[in-house]
Amino acid sequence: MAGYLARRLLWVVALLLAVSAITFAIFYTLPSADPAAMRAGRQPTPQLIAQVRENLGLDQPVYVQYWRYMRDLVLHFDFGFSYQSNAPVREQILDRLPATLSLTGGAVVLWLAIGLPVGVISAVRRRRWPDRLAMGLALVAISAPVYWLGLVALYLFADDIGRFPLLPGANSYEPISQDPAAWLGSLVLPWLVLAASFAAFYARLLRANLLEAMSEDYIRTARAKGLPERQVVLRHGMRAAITPIVTVVGLDVGILLGGAVLVETVFNVPGIGRLAYDAIRTADLPVIQGTVLFGAFFIVVANLVVDLAYAWIDPRVRTA
Amino acid sequence: MALLEVEGLRVRFDTEDGPLQAVDGVSLSVEAGRVLGIVGESGSGKSVTALATMGLVPGRIEGRARFEGRDLLALSPEEMRRVRGHEIAIVFQDPLSSLHPFYRVGRQLAEAVRVHQDVSRRAARARAVELLGLVGVPEPAERVDAYPHQLSGGMRQRAMIAMALANDPRLLIADEPTTALDVTVQAQILALLRRLQEERGMAIVIITHDLGVVAELADDVAVMYAGQIVERAPVERLFAAPEHPYTWGLLRSMPRLDVPRERELVPIPGRPPSLVHPPGGCRFHPRCPYVRDPHREVEPALEPVPGDEGHAVACLLDPATRRRLWREPAP
Amino acid sequence: MSALVEVRGLRRRFGRVTAVDGVSFDVRPGETLGIVGESGSGKTTTARLMLRLLHADAGEVRFAGEDVTRAGRARLKALRREMQMIFQDPYSSLNPRRSVGSIVAEPFAVHGLLTGPGERRRAVQELMERVGLGAEHYNRFPHEFSGGQRQRVGLARALALSPRLIVADEPVSALDVSIQAQILNLLRDLRREEGIALVLISHDLSVVRHMSDRVAVMHAGRIVELADADRLYASPEHEYTRRLLQSVPRLAPSSPSSS
Repeated sequence: MAGYLARRLLWVVALLLAVSAITFAIFYTLPSADPAAMRAGRQPTPQLIAQVRENLGLDQPVYVQYWRYMRDLVLHFDFGFSYQSNAPVREQILDRLPATLSLTGGAVVLWLAIGLPVGVISAVRRRRWPDRLAMGLALVAISAPVYWLGLVALYLFADDIGRFPLLPGANSYEPISQDPAAWLGSLVLPWLVLAASFAAFYARLLRANLLEAMSEDYIRTARAKGLPERQVVLRHGMRAAITPIVTVVGLDVGILLGGAVLVETVFNVPGIGRLAYDAIRTADLPVIQGTVLFGAFFIVVANLVVDLAYAWIDPRVRTA
Repeated sequence: MALLEVEGLRVRFDTEDGPLQAVDGVSLSVEAGRVLGIVGESGSGKSVTALATMGLVPGRIEGRARFEGRDLLALSPEEMRRVRGHEIAIVFQDPLSSLHPFYRVGRQLAEAVRVHQDVSRRAARARAVELLGLVGVPEPAERVDAYPHQLSGGMRQRAMIAMALANDPRLLIADEPTTALDVTVQAQILALLRRLQEERGMAIVIITHDLGVVAELADDVAVMYAGQIVERAPVERLFAAPEHPYTWGLLRSMPRLDVPRERELVPIPGRPPSLVHPPGGCRFHPRCPYVRDPHREVEPALEPVPGDEGHAVACLLDPATRRRLWREPAP
Repeated sequence: MSALVEVRGLRRRFGRVTAVDGVSFDVRPGETLGIVGESGSGKTTTARLMLRLLHADAGEVRFAGEDVTRAGRARLKALRREMQMIFQDPYSSLNPRRSVGSIVAEPFAVHGLLTGPGERRRAVQELMERVGLGAEHYNRFPHEFSGGQRQRVGLARALALSPRLIVADEPVSALDVSIQAQILNLLRDLRREEGIALVLISHDLSVVRHMSDRVAVMHAGRIVELADADRLYASPEHEYTRRLLQSVPRLAPSSPSSS
């Protein structure tokens, strides 16, 4: 077990190295705005741009820049400074992290609370009207682009522009430490929007897996023992069907922690996703690198956690 | 009064190709403390017959299944649920897929106990260990915490049997319990079933395609073909004087250790019939070497064999002809 | 009379498990050798090693004096014309996307034989009739056939190149009892007509006894006893063989009067 963990951690490191190198490579090979020009202000002279470039260290060859970046990162946990604002990248990211955590955490709870029961009911009432209705709605929710859903939600419910002004609209995020009620209210819409397509997907996934689990022989045995049907479904069927769900939850959370760019943009939640989007727009390489690495880190860790959870759920995996 | 009396059982499934009559008019009885073997090949309806009496089979069910006087098929789902795993228990064919892979064996056994008995978890677990010991699992106190995949095939099947015995059933249905096992393990399991049956006075219905298993374990035998019983007899009579051409076919086509090696196998020609469009008249007639014209139209009923108590056969040939044919060499 | 196949000291491990642990035996031309054993005995692995479907860790297999285990690609291909296999599961050993005719014709295609117009088709139809399938089944697909019929297709395919040896790995275990006899008789007839040697692998002692001239009993990767079928079943020497035989359920004494 220790050996397994050690190997996985080595892989984590190798992966993050690869991600950082690839990000650098992409930034330098694909056309983008010139960060020096963007930094230099309006109508900069060529000399000013060149000056700025030298200040930022952009005149150095790519591999030198990469080396410098990695050295600072590994030795000092220093992600560098934003080209745009000169603010330290690490602080920027850590500032934004709570918002992303709030958004992700709430959405996960919501989509599991909706998606799982719907999946179970659909499976148990297969082909009857609850199933067909649920799966139909799910298909719509999955197909609808999340930013469209967000805009529609704002249009309908936002307290400033909405038709039925029930909930706070965009730009209303408050950290929980300042005003818990406002924090909660500001996240309800983004949570619902983000959870919508995930809940739909999970409902469909669980339905499929549960149907398959319920056709297994051990379900027949459970019934033959005289177990009430509810226990057959929940204790025997679900236990088997939940494994792929656990895997997917882990991966989805890992991805979302890297920033749900679209939702954060539509609702103007100051999270990592929004930060990444702005950084890309302004060709702010250190910030881009920082957010990408953060995102990669969460995903890789999530993968590891999921693998361990899988082994805990399915005892057959442990002995392999 | 017989422990279980099945009358006119019919089970129909609706399939894409049309209605499939898996069981078509089966009547049999199981006496307390005796073993009934139901023998047939795939598609004969043997498993469906047993499972249908327990309400474990989807589809349209007609007929009666009286257990100690109560018609199981007329019970409410809740009443039926209370019978399952309690007065009547089932052991299935493949213990690896029939036990839940994620739960420990002891936990599954304890669950079987707690469904029908109001006992604490500790008591149920103790009972699980006791049951495992009863079925011959060595070191039951340790094995009780094993997962199914950690046990050998024979141990798993013993655990399944232990689980079935959890609430002292009066009737045990064993659906191909040894088919997935090696022959030495099979012998052990059959011996175990025999011992348990004698010790507890439990009735057993054993469903199998293997006539050898039936010979070892059963007191009475019912031979099924295409959803119907074609012959019924005490086990010694079935082997000594079988009456139905299908039974003859089975006996003649099986290689056996107790006949000369060079004896030719005589296969039954053709294939088992479709249950969606069964043959008219006697269902076996397309494959019967002794078929006559009326057999294609008239359906034989299960009738007693004259002079042979407890022996019945569904065949249109007259008894004297049958006796003569059985003594002749195969065609 | 020299042996058709000589197996010497075959060994094969999978991870920590030694599936085949020093197995040696001969197969004489035209004989049926039965290999009997329970699960985990190594009999299926031995079959695969014989035809070099698996690599042996040690040991050698000689076919008509030629070393199969170390043969080069071209020689191996030629040798494979002489040694064929039929498998246990009729439902997965035939490609469901190909017509039965093309399945049986494949050996000809692989070895570049019978390239004249219609030659292959005729040969396939002949083969199909010999195994008891109608020639009109040529264009049908495996899923349209029953298990017993699919085994016949597998057999036709194996016979296509007139091999001198067929290895049959549990050929009837997945079939109903009434169909088993049909396939076993077919194997027996083909053997008598063509003089093909047959290695029959099975866990079913009665089947092996009925079909084989000599029988090898395998246990935990080794052959524990090898003898003429009559002798082995009448007076087994090894403890394990005795235990196996004792475990087989006996039918109550009865038989149609012999002629």
